[in-house]
Amino acid sequence: MTINDIKNLLNATVVSGHQLLDTEVHNACGSDMMSDVLAFVKDQSVLLTGLVNSQVVRTAEMMDMVCIIFVRGKEPSEEIINLAADRGIVLMKTSLRMFPACGILYQAGLRG
Amino acid sequence: MKLHYEVPGDDFTRAGDASGDVKRRLKRLGFPPDVIRRAAIAIYEGEINMVIHAGGGTADIEIMPDRITAVLSDNGPGIPDVEKAMQEGWSTAPDNIRALGFGAGMGLPNIRKYSDSLNIDTAVGKGTTLTITVLANPAQQ
Repeated sequence: MTINDIKNLLNATVVSGHQLLDTEVHNACGSDMMSDVLAFVKDQSVLLTGLVNSQVVRTAEMMDMVCIIFVRGKEPSEEIINLAADRGIVLMKTSLRMFPACGILYQAGLRG
Repeated sequence: MKLHYEVPGDDFTRAGDASGDVKRRLKRLGFPPDVIRRAAIAIYEGEINMVIHAGGGTADIEIMPDRITAVLSDNGPGIPDVEKAMQEGWSTAPDNIRALGFGAGMGLPNIRKYSDSLNIDTAVGKGTTLTITVLANPAQQ
């Protein structure tokens, strides 16, 4: 599916990276612990998280991820938005909580 | 190519500046994606450690065609028990660091996991120097 499909499935708002919505993605992970993302994730291209700080973008950058989705209605700061834009990473936010957001994407074919 | 970075200890948001820059340089130099990722993660975890535990430090990176070597040095408190610090899940990070998404006790284990060699030179009260090597083509070494 594309990042735009994810946006529609999660009723999400795109915060930055509108020009990258056609990017194809096949797998995702959900975590609030960046240490674990760095330890256990392999080739996942989408990160769902309720953690909002610039290290989320840094972690996604290190892992070659292309899209970050902030769950539970979390609002990224200007600093986070600018960093993601500079790194070519799509930022989205959804009011859904982590579990349903992951469930919806899994049901739609995204894998872990 | 030799690179030097100062890792500021008072600004958590800047942890990742050095590893991010190294990552982009390795990409431009045409290193394999897996090598780039392993080197970037190992240096990034080292940066985070220096910010969390040591009030910052320095990162000296040497990029050779066959390897990336990172020397991360700080004048922090040192690691009293390296064996424990290498255990997954063992952490001395305070709660405020956990709230930032780190301090799960995966830092040093991750550096070891993603690097081809890791040397830890540490003295309590004096500081810690990590020497991390990532080989560009481990299978042929």
